[in-house]
Amino acid sequence: MTAYPVFVRDLARNFGDRPAILGVDLEIAPGEFVALIGRSGSGKSTLIRALADLDHDVAGSGTLVVPKNIAMVFQDARLLPWKRVLSNVTFGLHGPDVAARGRAALAEVELADRERAWPYELSGGQQQRVALARAIVRAPEFLLADEPFGALDALTRIRMHHLLRRISLQHGPAVLMVTHDVDEAIELAKRVLVLEQGRIIANIPIKLPEDNIHLGDTFAAYRTQLLSLLGVEDSRKVRAA
Amino acid sequence: MTSIASAAERQSTANQPAAEVAPPSRLRSQRRLSVGKSHPYGLMIGPVLLLIFWSWGARSGFIDPRVLPGPWVAVTTAWQLLQEGRLQVNLLFSAERALTGLAFGTLTGVLAALVTGLSKLGGYLLDGVVQVKRAIPLYAILPFFMLWFGIGETEKVIIIAAASFMPIYLQTHSALRNIDRRYVELAESFRVSYVDFLINVVLPGALPGFLLGLRFASMSSWMALVVVEQTNATAGIGYMINLATSYAQTDVMLVGLVVYAVLGVASDVAIRTAQKLCLAWQPALGG
Repeated sequence: MTAYPVFVRDLARNFGDRPAILGVDLEIAPGEFVALIGRSGSGKSTLIRALADLDHDVAGSGTLVVPKNIAMVFQDARLLPWKRVLSNVTFGLHGPDVAARGRAALAEVELADRERAWPYELSGGQQQRVALARAIVRAPEFLLADEPFGALDALTRIRMHHLLRRISLQHGPAVLMVTHDVDEAIELAKRVLVLEQGRIIANIPIKLPEDNIHLGDTFAAYRTQLLSLLGVEDSRKVRAA
Repeated sequence: MTSIASAAERQSTANQPAAEVAPPSRLRSQRRLSVGKSHPYGLMIGPVLLLIFWSWGARSGFIDPRVLPGPWVAVTTAWQLLQEGRLQVNLLFSAERALTGLAFGTLTGVLAALVTGLSKLGGYLLDGVVQVKRAIPLYAILPFFMLWFGIGETEKVIIIAAASFMPIYLQTHSALRNIDRRYVELAESFRVSYVDFLINVVLPGALPGFLLGLRFASMSSWMALVVVEQTNATAGIGYMINLATSYAQTDVMLVGLVVYAVLGVASDVAIRTAQKLCLAWQPALGG
């Protein structure tokens, strides 16, 4: 069939007679980190829900191949409030070593000491780290992240970026991260897709230079390019002019 | 509140000599709008005042002892009844009736709620029937229950069970049906099996609703107990009250009333304790 774990051809989804996405082609290689950006209403949520197989009652057509073993991180941590942290991580898993695997995943997100805590006892950033542990403990072939850091403060967000980058390098799942933060997309992804009115209008590979001297310029160039695709003027450029 | 006050204090000490600093309470310009935290025993004040008024009324003759004897009469009469052995026997009868009825009502209520809450077909078949039954006041069906089950112990337990069935069913059913969509999505996106979904998401998510239903059901069962013990009972607190009524023994009647109150409060406290233990995962359980 296809070498890509995630393979989408000519995908369409309609709400009534209004198309939410149409003609979407997408493939993600193993270990590839792809970011999806788009204005609100561009069809990001519809696409990610289709990929996660959550759109039961939505009409549509197209080819959609995703691995069986997928994991998702939502904007809200979505921990089950009646389960302690470790049980949340191992939710739905079975086997003799599940608890040990859960503990290892918690250690990876630096929350090994909170396994007995209730979700309400954790901060927003800690909750999201538990959600990340819950995703990686499944060793997913495909990790879907729906604006995973959208509800976090700026500092926590930076820490989460480091964590997600490390995890994606270590575990190597195909990643699709939906975000509305252009900087976040450039920083984390190897490729950025821009969705507009239900179509992918741009597919931009990101190559940031290793040295810090040129990093700023390259970053700024990507930023301007992506923002103009989203129909927004780069405020930093405006200020500079 | 304290942090705001102390911040303001710090600011004012920075600008002014220390002698002119106003006490922190004066610095609060914003009135607290919420009711605020209650004293743990604050709820006792009302009943204690009422008790004092009642005692004064009975002692001064303001309340006729034939209408309502003083509160100490309840204590002395209860002691007397205990020594005669009448109170224990009747209490045991009543408690057994109420608890058996409540147990049956809870069991059937949970089972019915599981059928209608978890399956669409079950809902179509059973939920409508229960809703119709709900529209008929329980005590209006009482004559039919007597006709069907006679006027013995079985009939009494069945009526209590029927009375406690309804709140259990309603609360559990709605809790099962209103599981947070987000958790359903979570389970679906992680390809969790139905059994795992049921055990880890649906049932624990419905537990608070069930416990609320149980609280209502225990109240309903005591209420039903009072009603069934009015007709053709040969033992029980209600029987004791009825008998006392025919002999105009207001003191015994009063003891019966107090016993009902104690039973009601005790079962409510028991269920609330169970709630606190089962729902430790909730940040704060008010009420």
